[in-house]
Amino acid sequence: MFPLRVAGLRFAPEGRPVLDGLDLELDGEGISLLLGPNGAGKTVLLRLLAGLLPGDGGSIDWAGAARPAGRLAMVFQQPMLLRLSVQTNVEFALRPQALSASARRQRTEEVLARVGLAHRASDSARLLSGGERQRLALARAWAVRPNLLLLDEPTASLDPSATEAVERIIREIRTEGTRVLMTSHNLGQAMRLADDILFLADGRIQEHAAAARFFAHPQSPAAKAFLQGELPWRMTFAR
Amino acid sequence: MTATLFDALSLLAQFDRQLLAIVGLSLQVSLSALLLGTLLGLPLGAWLAMARFPGRAALVVALNALMGLPSVVIGVVVYLVLSRSGPLGSFGLLFSPTAMIIAQTLLVVPLIAAVSRQIVEDAWADYAPEFFLFAISRPQAILLLLADCRFSLIVAALAGLGRAMSEVGAVMIVGGNIDGYTRVMTTAIALETSKGDLALSIALGLVLMSLILSLNALAHGLRVWSARRYG
Repeated sequence: MFPLRVAGLRFAPEGRPVLDGLDLELDGEGISLLLGPNGAGKTVLLRLLAGLLPGDGGSIDWAGAARPAGRLAMVFQQPMLLRLSVQTNVEFALRPQALSASARRQRTEEVLARVGLAHRASDSARLLSGGERQRLALARAWAVRPNLLLLDEPTASLDPSATEAVERIIREIRTEGTRVLMTSHNLGQAMRLADDILFLADGRIQEHAAAARFFAHPQSPAAKAFLQGELPWRMTFAR
Repeated sequence: MTATLFDALSLLAQFDRQLLAIVGLSLQVSLSALLLGTLLGLPLGAWLAMARFPGRAALVVALNALMGLPSVVIGVVVYLVLSRSGPLGSFGLLFSPTAMIIAQTLLVVPLIAAVSRQIVEDAWADYAPEFFLFAISRPQAILLLLADCRFSLIVAALAGLGRAMSEVGAVMIVGGNIDGYTRVMTTAIALETSKGDLALSIALGLVLMSLILSLNALAHGLRVWSARRYG
């Protein structure tokens, strides 16, 4: 499945380019964080990688194959949860896998316990708080044991406590060997979580660097301008 | 007028045997048609909500149009099919409760399928990306969406029951309105009114209205409860 190589990727609905010749390479470890201004195409890139959108040009190569050989999961900013129990919302994702009913139930209970929702297993998923819903969506994705997990702003609109809980789960998922690619507008979160940063602007990856290096010494003018706008009190490198 | 109304209420208060038999048969026919119509209409609507094929739009338009199909037309079609010279004439079903159930089922299937198609299609638009990523098969997705939309789909089923219970043309044609055998509330009301026995007509009308009102109140209560319980 890895390395993932994206070359010249283009996405231009109605002729308006969102991604325009995007190149990207990812190996199989760590947490990469996709950073960029609103409308830069971060969510679009995740959806293209997930196969939810067809590209208008370029290629996505999964270790020599057109489709990922391993499992890929994605958690959306607003995850869709069925009007069924918390447990069923995880278990249904395991149905296509060759698991017995008891194995499905066991794995469901395991991931719910790990995200702190075991006590709510029989409650309706639609009655969970925002933070709990996001943890449930993560549990569902985690349950399928993905090789690559795509997270689209998983902590947007969550309070600091809920954000901390979600970040802890993301770290655990990474520790178990799942490659994580996520978007976020939260630079503090990027500094806490990311191993490397992909900075997306003007339809392309402008910079791909280790997180510490990116925040200390951004190389591209677009990244410098972005960070100065977001952290004007901290970023003095451009002067 | 007052005397007729009093007579109608007396029939209800006395649990008139003839009246009870008519009400019982009406419920038996319409609930059976609802059960069959739901078993056929829900999967059909859910499948149509998710399927993409050439001519789908035309099929959706046709299904929506069938919701307004006059019941007498269904009655005539079923009559022709079940009559002695028809393809299913050998079964001897014409002028029987079974024929009435078949006719009412054909009436409610398009209604339940069309309404459930719209409900499931809206849900499908939301869930499709998640189902795609988890490689959920089409039959599994249909079952999950039907389960997710179950409380909204009750409205579709109730609309079907209302159509079945209130129609008169189809059951009159294929049932024959035979006293004690195929006479249901709507055909009895039509007959008794033409004979001038307004008391029985009004009594049956009151029962019919009460049943439909009660079912709708039940559905409303269920929706309110489900919104609180399941979000």
